[in-house]
Amino acid sequence: MADALWLSEFPEMERADLRAIRKALDGAYRDFSRAYGDQIESFFDPLLSLLIGFEHLLLTTPWWLVILVISAISYLASRSIKLCLGVAIAFFAIGYFGMWEDTMQTMSIILVCTLLAIAIGVPVGILMARSNRLQSLLTPALDVMQTMPAFVYLIPVVMLLGIGRIPGVIAVIIYAIPPVIRLTNLGIRLVDKDVLEAATAFGAGYLKRLTSVQLPLALPTIMAGINQTIMMALSMVVVASMIGVKGLGQPVLKSITNQYFTLGLLNGLAIVVLAIVFDRISQSYAHRSQRHLQRAQHD
Amino acid sequence: MTEPIIRIKHLSKVFGKQPQKVMPLVRQGIHKDTLLAEHEHALGLRDINLDILPGEIFVIMGLSGSGKSTLIRHFNRLIDPTEGEIWIKGTDITQLKNKALEQFRQQHLSMVFQRFALLPHRTVLDNIAYGLEIQKVDKPKRREKARYWLKQVGLEGYDAQYPNQLSGGQQQRVGLARALCTDADILLMDEAFSALDPLIRAEMQDQLKQLQSRLRKTIVFITHDLDEAVKLGDRIAILKDGILVQQGTPEHILHNPADEYVEAFVQNVRR
Ligand SMILES: Nc1ncnc2c1ncn2[C@@H]1O[C@H](COP(=O)(O)OP(=O)(O)OP(=O)(O)O)[C@@H](O)[C@H]1O
Ligand SMILES: [Mg+2]
Repeated sequence: MADALWLSEFPEMERADLRAIRKALDGAYRDFSRAYGDQIESFFDPLLSLLIGFEHLLLTTPWWLVILVISAISYLASRSIKLCLGVAIAFFAIGYFGMWEDTMQTMSIILVCTLLAIAIGVPVGILMARSNRLQSLLTPALDVMQTMPAFVYLIPVVMLLGIGRIPGVIAVIIYAIPPVIRLTNLGIRLVDKDVLEAATAFGAGYLKRLTSVQLPLALPTIMAGINQTIMMALSMVVVASMIGVKGLGQPVLKSITNQYFTLGLLNGLAIVVLAIVFDRISQSYAHRSQRHLQRAQHD
Repeated sequence: MTEPIIRIKHLSKVFGKQPQKVMPLVRQGIHKDTLLAEHEHALGLRDINLDILPGEIFVIMGLSGSGKSTLIRHFNRLIDPTEGEIWIKGTDITQLKNKALEQFRQQHLSMVFQRFALLPHRTVLDNIAYGLEIQKVDKPKRREKARYWLKQVGLEGYDAQYPNQLSGGQQQRVGLARALCTDADILLMDEAFSALDPLIRAEMQDQLKQLQSRLRKTIVFITHDLDEAVKLGDRIAILKDGILVQQGTPEHILHNPADEYVEAFVQNVRR
């Protein structure tokens, strides 16, 4: 009854074949990274200097000045004294509990990642809004990027670039970029057709329509995407610290292996504080930037 | 006789996947409903021929779905025709490529929309100046001009307001000022006053007539209301299911309706 075996046993591929496939793929990728790793690494040099420069700036500036600047930014974005005071107190507490340096490192990584995600994600979203084909191609890719366990990104990146900040940043960006792309695309597609038609009727070309109608009207949605991207980048902090990204993730990692509950909790809370601060600042900025789009209260 | 400023020749429009394929049927005069039911294409317009003279208000009317918006959107090619020619000031605009078409729209055509279509994130003044901004006129100059037109439509002092702070009537005045500000001599108005309540609407009609007596633009005005058509129009064309059933002066149409469809409109106005 050899021919009925496939009914009781899963018709698996031969182990040897599977091993061969894995070996071939891994080997090919390893050869690729041996051959081009250095070039690719030097390609990312400007990014590294940007990152180090940012970190250096945040760490050499006196702590009170950093707090002052962050509070001022939150005030400018929200015009709320309460938020501004809250931010100042939260950062003061972080420093008081000895997490200043780690927090500044994490902040610089998050800022650089967010800036890059915007710089790449917004244009991609714009192209995606322009072409239905691109949209149907990219949507599944973005789904995969967002659902693939973040650890998986670390493998090829580390194979290619080794351990350090750059691979960390790249992994974080891959993981965090989908919301910006998605919501830029969505925001542009949802722009009022009438207004867009009006721009066309007055002779506006593609670029003019984009800059004077589509982007401004999509801005609240794009800001929501940026906000989500920041949150996802922050949630990658601990994972990224596994491949040598300095900051708040490393103490968390250390506390897992050594069972330091309080240390873990404090650093976790610091990440939460950063998340709340970034969230409030970007949300209230988005809210204020769209106040003319809402119906006035007093008619 | 004066040369027409807009001349539409054998214009047909079919919406759907492969309009060219069903064009032979359209030419044979297939009914709109049959085309949709059996061939899955929507008939927008069939074999439209029109001459519009410089300086006249030409009204296009018809019931909802008769193709009015489709027709007026051909005049500035917001919609591309399936077949036919659109001559404006001696240019067949169906032949224009992207850049040339944009230029042509900037210089010769402007438009007022039923739902205003103002830029919600810009002040009233910057909305009015938008057409000039597209033409890359510098800021002080376009603002000065925008201020002039703001005054002309009776909204002096509203410069810095945002559209959502204005009433519907005021917003449409801004829409009208935006269209006039570019100095284009053809003005397309798609049910420009239909969203306004009757009193404001009558006011806007008077204002348009008064401006027109001075400006002498060529205005293509769409409405589904015969009262409005008679009040504003020098000539009226009537569309039914994508076909032009009658055109002529208001008196001519009131006294000699071509069929029951026109008759029904006319009945309404007599009441
Ligand atoms: N993009 C499109 N795709 C398919 N069919 C369309 C499209 N635009 C218009 N049509 C069809 O063309 C016909 C005419 O539509 P149009 O909008 O020109 O009518 P209208 O006279 O302006 O009506 P209303 O008074 O409601 O504005 C309708 O039957 C409509 O279904
Ligand atoms: Mg319409």
